[in-house]
Amino acid sequence: MTVQGWILILLYTALLIAIAKPMGMWLFALYEGRATPLHRVLGPVERGFYRLSGIDPQAEQGWRKYALHMLVFQLALLLFTYAILRLQAVLPLNPRGLAGIGADGAMNTAISFTTNTNWQWYSGEVALSNFSQMIGLTIHNFLSAATGIAVAFALFRGFARRETATVGNFWADCTRVTLYLLLPACVIYALFLIASGVPQTLASSIDATTLEGAKQTIALGPVASQEAIKMLGTNGGGFFNANSAHPFENPTALTNLVQMLSIFALGAGLAWCFGKAVGNTRQGWAILAAMMVLFLAGAGVTYWQEAAGTSLFHQLGIAGGNLEGKEVRFGIAASALFSVITTAASCGAVNAMHDSFTPLGGMIPMINMQLGEVVVGGVGAGIYGFLLFATLAVFVAGLMVGRTPEYVGKKIEAKEVKLAVLAIAVLPLCILGFTALSAVLPAGLAGPLNKGPHGFSEILYAFASGTGNNGSAFAGLTAGTPFYNGLLSVAMWIGRFFMIVPVLAIAGSLAAKKYTPETAGSFPTTGPLWVGLLVAVILIVGGLTFLPSLALGPIADHLAMISGQLF
Amino acid sequence: MLNDFSSALRPALVLTVLFALLLGIAYPLALTGVGQLVFPRQANGSLLRDGGGRVIGSDLIGQSFTAPGYFHGRPSAAGTGYDASASSGSNLGPASQVLADRVTQDLATLRGEQAGKVAPDQVTASASGLDPHISPEAALFQAPRVARARGLPVARVTALVGEHREGRLLGVLGEPRVNVLELNQALDSMAGTGAQARP
Repeated sequence: MTVQGWILILLYTALLIAIAKPMGMWLFALYEGRATPLHRVLGPVERGFYRLSGIDPQAEQGWRKYALHMLVFQLALLLFTYAILRLQAVLPLNPRGLAGIGADGAMNTAISFTTNTNWQWYSGEVALSNFSQMIGLTIHNFLSAATGIAVAFALFRGFARRETATVGNFWADCTRVTLYLLLPACVIYALFLIASGVPQTLASSIDATTLEGAKQTIALGPVASQEAIKMLGTNGGGFFNANSAHPFENPTALTNLVQMLSIFALGAGLAWCFGKAVGNTRQGWAILAAMMVLFLAGAGVTYWQEAAGTSLFHQLGIAGGNLEGKEVRFGIAASALFSVITTAASCGAVNAMHDSFTPLGGMIPMINMQLGEVVVGGVGAGIYGFLLFATLAVFVAGLMVGRTPEYVGKKIEAKEVKLAVLAIAVLPLCILGFTALSAVLPAGLAGPLNKGPHGFSEILYAFASGTGNNGSAFAGLTAGTPFYNGLLSVAMWIGRFFMIVPVLAIAGSLAAKKYTPETAGSFPTTGPLWVGLLVAVILIVGGLTFLPSLALGPIADHLAMISGQLF
Repeated sequence: MLNDFSSALRPALVLTVLFALLLGIAYPLALTGVGQLVFPRQANGSLLRDGGGRVIGSDLIGQSFTAPGYFHGRPSAAGTGYDASASSGSNLGPASQVLADRVTQDLATLRGEQAGKVAPDQVTASASGLDPHISPEAALFQAPRVARARGLPVARVTALVGEHREGRLLGVLGEPRVNVLELNQALDSMAGTGAQARP
């Protein structure tokens, strides 16, 4: 470990906290439906969209209608992308004459991008035309992020509103977030990326003659426009197979820092926005504090392990940290930090190959996803997932002191707790169930590249990533088979919508409740005691379930590694 | 419920089309236009050309070097090595026999050609398989071999490595590194040595 490495981690944390409030204020304006300075330019576009699609943005929706309209929209988007991928061969911007994608693969990818997962069984530069990347995928990167924020807004309204039957208008939330936040931010971000060396062209490749006289075909494309929203929308689906490790996606140490910040930017802003929405910004800061405790602990462990290196290299006389699967320009600290951020959020972009991490260094990303990616988390998904845990935490606190639990002025009763547990139970059911299935069936066992416990880790990681809508991988796993495409599609769908629908139900239930003012007997949900309780509940409820599976994967892998056993 | 469902159809279908036009076509095309106009070099892949204008590669993309007179990049798992249309890491785990065999073999080759301390990046595959950089230590390790092959004094090659060393941004961001293609291009253009050492 180096001083620069630790400075980087602390600098990153400081920058993130500094942008949480400005980002949160912008989000809060959209949450309230207030005009921003951008309304002057983009207002006509918004109104035009409403007029053409017959939307009345003022029409408030109950949670059921909000959920149903959200689901219908997702379905339309999913079928749209499915069709684009299947028909790739006859669509434009396909100079390489790439074939259409097979049914299982296209379905997997369409679900993957709809659910904000961006799990990729294919290599972008090999399988997809520029048209498929632009139209088929970029649109999801925006709208799945906007959908996540819309759902978070609905939940915020549940906490903030009193004795109301409605939680907002899905179409208005989704459109405003896209037009007034994601799109303008991405234009600026993409220009910065182009200036830093990320290509933005309609050409799909260029041939070079190397200094040694060989031919090198360099894949190109409209990378920057996709890269910006890939990071800001915590999507994570790379233009190229190597994702943000590819020098064309992430050319410098500075772009790397900005990419890391952009993963957490909206999530941190939403935590602040929640506090503002419920009338006490300290509630938001308390959430962010609990997130930062878990984040820094994870970043510390992964950096420590990666810097310590592996026994295999040490025995061969190569001292120092683990550089297999890492880029020289980032080094160990920035690679370890990126891996923790991308899995704590539901991003899934990678700037290093997690499969080649040390066993315990790679275990932290896995745990981050198993916890439901609530450490800042995906845009929208992070904060609503976190609020589920907060609901459980006040419930636990209520049990301990024998009072009806309350959170930010709302009584938390049996209905909310049941719904929260339902949503949280999806994680172990899907991750462990599908991993177990894959670890016994021949079609599942055909997947892993690495042998021994690391092979099991590859499977476990895949389903943690799919269910958590992360999208990163222990990429040795050959996942482009009907078996994995099918199971992971189911995992991604369940992990997204079996979480969102209960969240919206909670929103509806809370919105209907009376305001319960805080009294001397209320459990305070702002101080260090609350932060500690939150962290404990997340680790115990979210984490303990997965301990046996971690023992079979990364922990067994670690013990094998230090005893010098190879597979 | 059914009523709610049918009222969602028009907004869902129309917005899908409108957003596809805005986000899938207008947004990337507008950026392509501006990018090509304002940052043409970067937007087209930061290509490097030789004196005759022929594309020899990209600043940002590593390429394969095997001749003793060139500095070599890291092991690459992209295609058959530095295939810039098939980026990939090795994805080998920390207790992999395949990894152990690969590293053992690479070490034997390196130690056979040169005494000295092998840098970790010389025997580890990068994440992209296209890493354009090596560490300054890895470059200095190779300097005597390159000097021998080109009939140059070692000090001159070492000095060239020093000139191409890039440090950390603001003292914190990134790691010290050397761009292999740029370094090799500089070697070739050193007067009187290029022709002799070119493979």
